Amino acid sequence: MTATEQDFKNNPLGTQTTVGDVTDAFEFLDDWEERYAYIIDLGKQLPAFPDEARVEDNYVHGCQSQVWLIHHYDEASGKLFLLIDSDAMIVRGLAAIILVALNGKSPRELLTTDIDELFESLDLFRHISPTRGNGLRAMVGKIRDIAAAEAAA
Amino acid sequence: MTDLSVANAAKQTVFDVEAVRRDFPILSQQVNGKPLVYLDNGASAQKPIAVLDAMDRYYREIHSNVHRGAHTLADRATTAFENARETVRGFLNAESTREIIWTRGTTEAINLVANGLAGRLQPGDEILVSHMEHHANIVPWQMIAERTGAKVVPIQVTPEGELDLDSFNSLLSERTRIFAITHVSNVLGTVNPITALIEQAKAKGVLTLVDGAQAVPHYQPDVQALGCDFYVFSSHKLFGPTGIGVLYGKAQLLEEMPPYQGGGEMIERVSFERTTWNTLPYKFEAGTPAIAEAIGLGAAIDYLGRLDRHGMEVAEHALLQRANQLVETVPGMEIIGTAKQKVPVMSFKIVGLHPSDVGTLLDQQGIAIRTGHHCAMPLMDFYGVPGTARASFAFYNTLDEVEQLFAALQKIQRLFA
Repeated sequence: MTATEQDFKNNPLGTQTTVGDVTDAFEFLDDWEERYAYIIDLGKQLPAFPDEARVEDNYVHGCQSQVWLIHHYDEASGKLFLLIDSDAMIVRGLAAIILVALNGKSPRELLTTDIDELFESLDLFRHISPTRGNGLRAMVGKIRDIAAAEAAA
Repeated sequence: MTDLSVANAAKQTVFDVEAVRRDFPILSQQVNGKPLVYLDNGASAQKPIAVLDAMDRYYREIHSNVHRGAHTLADRATTAFENARETVRGFLNAESTREIIWTRGTTEAINLVANGLAGRLQPGDEILVSHMEHHANIVPWQMIAERTGAKVVPIQVTPEGELDLDSFNSLLSERTRIFAITHVSNVLGTVNPITALIEQAKAKGVLTLVDGAQAVPHYQPDVQALGCDFYVFSSHKLFGPTGIGVLYGKAQLLEEMPPYQGGGEMIERVSFERTTWNTLPYKFEAGTPAIAEAIGLGAAIDYLGRLDRHGMEVAEHALLQRANQLVETVPGMEIIGTAKQKVPVMSFKIVGLHPSDVGTLLDQQGIAIRTGHHCAMPLMDFYGVPGTARASFAFYNTLDEVEQLFAALQKIQRLFA
């Protein structure tokens, strides 16, 4: 299976599911169990990831789990589309939140989005802080590098 | 009561874990709104007040550089530092403090020995290790193998996580020069039958090194009884400070080995024509050592000496037994490493869950464990897992904490259901 343009555009995260949806949902979650159940559910919304894209070039290093990331820049709309995959459920869920914030934006818009602030407001900052070796920081860094390269192109 | 019955009564006292826990202030805190359950002792153990106080007192009252000063504080610091070396000597039952070298930890100790023995190796020589070694007991040997043309050969492990003795017997050969083996596996908890293995290796004239990093928190080794040439461990897993460890080596071998690093302290006389080395143990201790840390390690060993070591072993065994009993309460949970002789270390996987998910969600419940490859990638490959979750217990853990771990695992499973 190869990732087609449509696969990228069909990703609901960041297009149909928005940051507002996630922050609203979090307001109604009382304890850690509900919060993580929600995060795990979000992870299930990650679209299928093409097998042949699981190669070294797309591998995000610095994670305990395996994480892959690919992108597609849509010339017509000027928007950057992303797909992420991981074998750990919570990393998938947190990646979904990253996509909700960053997927389907123009590279410039993406670069001005403060992902730390979002994670802080969701009380998930420690997951994305530089002290955690779960690779989320590396994931965000890779996305920003891609956006910077597209913005400069 | 006669004196004898008093002694017997003392022996029969149950190991008082609650009293011991009060010696470890870090344990009585909340993490993520829950009482901390610290089950990552295999990565690093917590420190008793006795250690904190010894280091604090050192800096407040006697800090100075050792072995050099012509003043009172230098004498006091040197005395405390060398007393700590004597404490370690006693702990290991080494013949002399000349055989006790301070290092930064197990890793540096093994690197020191590997470098010191490199000159004895020739192409075709073999260094025998095992498949369950920590990277620290693989990579330094690979590095000198690369330099000398020698080869690192791993002894196989059985599916239960025991050393495959047939594999050992067939690999220990005329070509073997060095046998480097872990006393206790950091992933599996397996206690290796090192006494017998060392004896066999010695009979073939092979040099032997034992990685004791995971053993010393649970057992007190006797290096003379073991007969090994080198025994290494880290302070921080033995309830002492980080940044210091120990290399025990037989004096004659240490004499023959070249220095590891050059600098101050390790020299007798320096000139541009000829520099000569200091005597043991200083020959291997270039630069100002970790003085407070050495004193802290001494305090940790003294502290352990005041506890009922046998009672501790019984209590630790009870923790592991309780954990083993509770495994069946978590469907899909599988223990990796079921050797007959084990310290209280439990590596596990749960079907459908990534170890990092387990670690994150236990942390939410105040429970600290380690997840990942545990610096033992060859062993992970052997078991075909990307990593494991590992709960490693210390004598200050309680049966209640074991039960909390399993209740938390059940909760996690419900979350993914």
